[in-house]
Amino acid sequence: MSEFLRGVGRMVTADRVIDARGSFCPGPLMEMIRAIKTAEVGQVVEVLTSDSGSRTDIPKWAEKAGQELVEVVSRDGGDAILVRKVK
Amino acid sequence: MPKRLLVVGSGTAGLMVANLVARALESQIQHHEVEVTVLGERDDYIYQPGFLYVAFDLMDPRSLVRPVRDLLHPRVRFVHDRAERVDAASNTVVTQGGVNLPYDYLVLAIGSRIRPEDVPGLAQEAHWFYTLEGAEKLREALKGLQGGRVAISVGIPHKCPVAPVEFTLMLDAWARTRGLRDALEITYTYPVARAHTIPAVAAFAEAEFERRAIKVETFFNMESVDTEAHVLHSQEGTDVAFDLLVTVPPHGGDALGGASGLAGAGNWYPTDRQLLQVQGHENIFAVGDTTDLPVSKAGSVAHFESEVVADNLVGLLSEGRRPGHTYAGRAFCFIETSLEEATYISFDFQHPPVVPTPSRSIHFFKQTYNQIHWANLKAVI
Repeated sequence: MSEFLRGVGRMVTADRVIDARGSFCPGPLMEMIRAIKTAEVGQVVEVLTSDSGSRTDIPKWAEKAGQELVEVVSRDGGDAILVRKVK
Repeated sequence: MPKRLLVVGSGTAGLMVANLVARALESQIQHHEVEVTVLGERDDYIYQPGFLYVAFDLMDPRSLVRPVRDLLHPRVRFVHDRAERVDAASNTVVTQGGVNLPYDYLVLAIGSRIRPEDVPGLAQEAHWFYTLEGAEKLREALKGLQGGRVAISVGIPHKCPVAPVEFTLMLDAWARTRGLRDALEITYTYPVARAHTIPAVAAFAEAEFERRAIKVETFFNMESVDTEAHVLHSQEGTDVAFDLLVTVPPHGGDALGGASGLAGAGNWYPTDRQLLQVQGHENIFAVGDTTDLPVSKAGSVAHFESEVVADNLVGLLSEGRRPGHTYAGRAFCFIETSLEEATYISFDFQHPPVVPTPSRSIHFFKQTYNQIHWANLKAVI
């Protein structure tokens, strides 16, 4: 479980965290898609990534796929990107 | 009492770990200080990278299959049975045949399975080259192909992530040699915003696809197949009509995981990315497709992971030495780019892949590797 503050005093908890730092193949976006596929509606998946392209790739995919981008934050020398499965 | 290593799985990872350990500890096995057992559902081993060639009738399927017993070190015991569940509390694996196999150290190398049934209509309508039977069926379909629309689709997750690019480029080259290319409309679909998950491979593939007049549909995640209208629907709302659909089906882990309580979502095993131990179990290792690691599900990954796990097991079994060898995300994948040329990617967690210019010599090396693999499996080289 991973927790951090989002906005002012709001806490978002990831139901599943995937450390995809250093992953070139299948890569952070594919890890996100894979995890969202098996998640329950309402659950939040967090992918840790060291790939700067993920900051645009994952939000772009989430929008296209109709899933909710919860947050993108810098953490542990990379980015933590959280997506909630909404359908 | 000998130290017992039990390897579950008789595929690439399972055979390599067992053979590497047996070769290093021959004397200890001979003196009954160590036992190495492989538990395998299959008693024949199939060289899966050959399926791509079978589809284009470039390889005899019989050349891809060898008995597991012939590939195992003579001092490794082989039990032909399916693992039913792992009882980690008592360090025992229970087989479908009702046999209890106790272990001191366990290696899970149970691979992955295609799951075309996860996409409605896909199993009935699509061809694939991810099983021997599927590759032979696709070969027959291609033999009868006179023209029309060929669509390629990709499920997530899947094994051998460069295979859809390879198949598409080989299909183009194959059709040209048969004078069929002008009669074919080839459409390559892919789940993300570019033609491959690796940016360097995507850039290479997109340039090749454009040069060869192959259509590309990105952001295409399979939703369902209309088996009457022959249309593939995506979750993103786009459709591709086809006369021949070739898919890389989505994959899943082995149900064994679910029954044992060790596996996570998708039946993949939560695995430490450096030591390859199943999380929470220092004496259980996971190797190859079965891990939940963010690395390619590919033969080369199974190979490099096997070396790390085998080195650590040799230390544990012979001296009780704590594991110190670590996996660094190493992978190497050939990419066939036609029937005569190939390129490759080589990378790890620290070094991103680049795509060298395709050449005949790399293709030749790949053809050579197809033979070298058998020696690799036996841990001879």
